[in-house]
Amino acid sequence: MDIAHNEMIETIRMIQMENLDIRTVTMGISLQDCADANFDNLKQNVYNKITRYAGRLKEVAEAVEREYGIPIINKRISITPIAEILGNATKEQAIEIARTLDKTAIKLGVDFIGGYSALVHKGMTKGDETLLEALPEALSVTERVCASVSIGTTRAGINMDAVAKMGVIIKEAAERTKNQNGLACAKLVVFCNPVEDNPFMAGAFHGAGEGEAVINVGVSGPGVVLSALKRHDDANLSDVSEIIKKTAFKITRAGELIGRVVAERLQIPFGIVDLSLAPTNAMNDSVAEILEEIGLERVGTHGTIAALALMNDAVKKGGGMASSFVGGLSGAFIPVSEDNGMIRGITDNSLTLPKLEAMTCVCSVGLDMIALTGNVTPATLSAIIADEAAIGMINKKTTAVRVIPVPGKEEGEMVEFGGLLGRAPVMGVNPYSSEKFIKRGGRIAAPLQALIN
Amino acid sequence: MTERHAVVSVIGKDQVGIIAKVTNILADNQINILDISQTILQDFFTMMMIVDVAGREDLDQLQDQLNHLGDDLGLKINIQLEEIFQAMHRV
Repeated sequence: MDIAHNEMIETIRMIQMENLDIRTVTMGISLQDCADANFDNLKQNVYNKITRYAGRLKEVAEAVEREYGIPIINKRISITPIAEILGNATKEQAIEIARTLDKTAIKLGVDFIGGYSALVHKGMTKGDETLLEALPEALSVTERVCASVSIGTTRAGINMDAVAKMGVIIKEAAERTKNQNGLACAKLVVFCNPVEDNPFMAGAFHGAGEGEAVINVGVSGPGVVLSALKRHDDANLSDVSEIIKKTAFKITRAGELIGRVVAERLQIPFGIVDLSLAPTNAMNDSVAEILEEIGLERVGTHGTIAALALMNDAVKKGGGMASSFVGGLSGAFIPVSEDNGMIRGITDNSLTLPKLEAMTCVCSVGLDMIALTGNVTPATLSAIIADEAAIGMINKKTTAVRVIPVPGKEEGEMVEFGGLLGRAPVMGVNPYSSEKFIKRGGRIAAPLQALIN
Repeated sequence: MTERHAVVSVIGKDQVGIIAKVTNILADNQINILDISQTILQDFFTMMMIVDVAGREDLDQLQDQLNHLGDDLGLKINIQLEEIFQAMHRV
């Protein structure tokens, strides 16, 4: 027998007992040719193009899922940042586009459509401004539309005028969905150094360097890594890294295979595998618990950054060898509401907002799915974004902020977002003001690329 | 027609007639068994079969029948294409 009995058992155990899954098959679709001076044509073009390319996405992904016996959790679509095709459209029309995208996603049976986005890290076009104005309402009247805004890059610096706007936008989006604990904010990511081929939501969009259409795959499996480590309780850290690498290798190979098969059947080029340890609220499917298994009593305590750095690097090394094209965000995600271990770290007073910030220096992606007190000011939200963007800009990595200032909630309360988004303890922020800093506006210049200490 | 292999896996509590019942379903569906291995560890039964599924449109109907049997016997029986195992365990 080519494959040994115990190897087959291992694969089956990973899938059936340790939550190994393909987190998402995401089809990227360029909408550049949909732009039209007549808004009704534009809208129709967008609808037609997406349904033409992604019409069979769900059906094909589900067939592959059954045949290979590995779950594909989400089928998603990412599109050209909508701001780039808005042209002279009004705010109302931009909101209508969001509704069209939502309808398209529902019709096609895909879970999310990402790319209601604008890239404003250096300046804003007319379309960018329209999109930003439309964001709070667009996110509150749609279900499956995900938005992202790039406000900084290592090569362009940080657009602090845009950062200031984002604080206000997040606040308004939360207010408009206060009956759902500010759910609209869970669909909005603010990026520094975004990537063009990320299949994960809410930050996915189809970048300008991409082709007409592409299939990207996001694989996950914190549970698999966790149980591999549990079998080696006394391994030293070099061996821990080896175990993570080998596990990441296997997970990525599964993702690459599934991605290629789906791409081939849809006759669309295969793009990348995004190998990210993305936690879910399922038992043992937690990144925080991996860190605790490495040896921390609670995530957030001293040693958390070192353990996370080790893990993040090992994941990339294992994945890098397994796939011809690793891309997207690839690393370890640390969304709070989606990770039972993170939630416990906060409720046990071990994990704090400053520690979460520090963690984002050594892993992907940023402050993710964090519930903040409802009375946080727009300026403080902007300042949180600026801090994260600075970390990303200086360290030449992607960082992001997806925080939810939950209307009416105070520190220590627990809020539910439902489904994959989970639940989160509300965190407090520093009580001192950043108002003047944010009000200054302007830009933070791109950093030197030499003299790097 | 090129060869196309799938793995049938059976996992659960050991009992009389597992192999007979699974192979019966395969035979009824004209599926040839290429290889078979099994182990029993502390009453826990695992069996892996490599079978030839060349020329079959999909495995849905077969999986349905295996699910039925699995429910009756309290076992987990799956059929999945072999490439997934190749991909994960061979460079």
